[in-house]
Amino acid sequence: MSTLELRHINKVFDQTTVIHDVNLQVADGEFVVFVGPSGCGKSTLLRLIAGLDSVTGGDVLIDAEVVNASSAADRGCAMVFQSYALYPHMSVYANMAFGLENAKIPKAEIARKVADVAALLRLDSLLQRKPTQLSGGQRQRVAIGRAIVRNPNIFLFDEPLSNLDAELRVSMRMELRQLHRRLQSTMVYVTHDQVEAMTMADKIVVLRAGNIEQVGTPQQLYEFPANIFVAGFIGSPRMNFVSAELAKVLAYLAPRITIHAHTVGVRPEHWVACSEEQGLPVQVVSSEYLGSQTLVHGQLSDGTLVDILTDTSLVSNAGQVIHMSFDASKVHVFDANGLRL
Amino acid sequence: MSVANFLLRTRGRHRLHWTDVVTYVYLVLGLVVMFAPVSWLVMSSFKSESAISQFPPTFLPYSQQTVTVPGFDKPLPLFEVLNTEDQSAPPVVMAQARRIGIMAAMVDPKQPEVQVKVNVDDRVPVNELDFAWSNYIDLFDKFTFSTYLFNSVFITVVATLITLLLNSMAAFALSKYRFKGQRAVFLLIIATLMVPPTIILVPVFLVINEVGLLNNLWGVILPAVATPTGVFLLRQYMLTIPDELIEAARMDHASEWRIYWRVVLPLSAPALAVLAIFSVMWRWNDFLLPLIVLSTNDVFTLQLALNSFQGELNTQWHYLLAMTVITLIPVTFVFAFLQRYITTGIASAGVK
Repeated sequence: MSTLELRHINKVFDQTTVIHDVNLQVADGEFVVFVGPSGCGKSTLLRLIAGLDSVTGGDVLIDAEVVNASSAADRGCAMVFQSYALYPHMSVYANMAFGLENAKIPKAEIARKVADVAALLRLDSLLQRKPTQLSGGQRQRVAIGRAIVRNPNIFLFDEPLSNLDAELRVSMRMELRQLHRRLQSTMVYVTHDQVEAMTMADKIVVLRAGNIEQVGTPQQLYEFPANIFVAGFIGSPRMNFVSAELAKVLAYLAPRITIHAHTVGVRPEHWVACSEEQGLPVQVVSSEYLGSQTLVHGQLSDGTLVDILTDTSLVSNAGQVIHMSFDASKVHVFDANGLRL
Repeated sequence: MSVANFLLRTRGRHRLHWTDVVTYVYLVLGLVVMFAPVSWLVMSSFKSESAISQFPPTFLPYSQQTVTVPGFDKPLPLFEVLNTEDQSAPPVVMAQARRIGIMAAMVDPKQPEVQVKVNVDDRVPVNELDFAWSNYIDLFDKFTFSTYLFNSVFITVVATLITLLLNSMAAFALSKYRFKGQRAVFLLIIATLMVPPTIILVPVFLVINEVGLLNNLWGVILPAVATPTGVFLLRQYMLTIPDELIEAARMDHASEWRIYWRVVLPLSAPALAVLAIFSVMWRWNDFLLPLIVLSTNDVFTLQLALNSFQGELNTQWHYLLAMTVITLIPVTFVFAFLQRYITTGIASAGVK
């Protein structure tokens, strides 16, 4: 149970700045997700918080105390690594007990704590096994158990689900959320998967090239993306970007398209079929039947490729031209620098 | 069954493919070339003193049968004497009373009074298979052999343990810490591989003398515990241990010593086994360093004792051979039991 604050964090590796002046506040008990494409610095930021790397500039504060000089062990954080980093030569029990043994906690208490956590994560029957004898999901739970058992102030997750198969990932997502609800701890979670971020986070931090692009709740990010990057990164399938020139044709959009407007963003589900004179002509390239909906890949007159999610009644064949407009209230307009207008 | 299947696999389905033939010939040839001298040595170590000097030499340890004949103090050697007059008659077993030149005085053990003169060419010794265990038993009784054995074992075990500890510590630092001059230190260690040990023999001797470790087992143990080969081998292996494990341990409040002792060392077991094998072989077979450091009988290692057995005028071959066999045994066992680690160690160090 702790707050976390980052103040003007900079990190330079061999003259390359990988984190640019990052400022962030995380409230007690919050579930924060760092999301961004690979190489955006999200894992580096997590390692700076953990104390595995040291900051080049700025301060890391845990519970309003600067911890820059504290070692990883003394910051009270627990980390779940992408590869789980379970000690392969130790049993599940020894893996979970290792941190407690290092903290010189009496044997009996260690046994009790490990048993509690094992029960919580349904690992009771696996305690004597070695990590290599466990499935991916079980290893994941051991890694989480190893973090929980030390009762840390802050949990740090570094892409913990990326090694699991799709089905398990979805169920582990749920489990992690439930765990957060039960423990009420501050958690920082790194992922490159925006779906994971959207479904799990209280607060999402979108990073790109070492900069924070936007911080907000999943809903805020989805409905009010601050710039083209966030707009394109959050949401699946991706948002479509139509040039303002082309969108101007639609009369009802005209008031929103000012002289600064450069690009118009429309989410695939916000397209509406319409009559010929009201909409933009879209040549269908291909379509995917998804059951409740159909995803149509099309091409606008200027060659821009767009994705349109419609109800299945709109059956379209490749080569066919359909006419689409969009819900004016759900359109995002960006200027030439990609910023939201 | 499966072992037999495994060993007798052939490339050809029903009859031998030519590659099978080549393989078998090659392997059998290799076996003979490498194993024949060793088996000859082992067999000869069971020969009695007289059997060793016998000509022509035999592979198996034969010794001549003897018989006690009334009227003679010592047991007499038995021979089969051919009947020179009647070729078809069966040879007679007789004991040799004495021999003068090419003629021997023979007696029939049943009629000790009658002596017959026989040409030595007309008789064949009666041999029996006889393992001279006394060669080995005498070693432990007669000589300070157990002292030599203890010295050798002590040097090998202690030096190997220290070697493993020191080299793995150096390798841990070189593989898992980043510090200024890390590359330089590593290259310096590797560079010592290029210095032949004989070149530094005199300086080493002077240093050992200066610190007063002459004729002390530690004088043999300490100079060679830090081996560049070991550091290199372990470092390369430790590089394959994921850094995340060490970071996880660091987050788990483990001290650097505990990380080394509880995480890195157990995970380096295959490489440690390889180094242990090497170290045992080096130390056990080491001759030069003990030779210059240890000069009194009570601190001799087996190798030195073997050397001193080869006397200037007289060499007791039967003891020498028995001792050689004993010196071979530990290395053979270590190698036989740990050799699979050599392959796994090299394999995983290379692939991962």
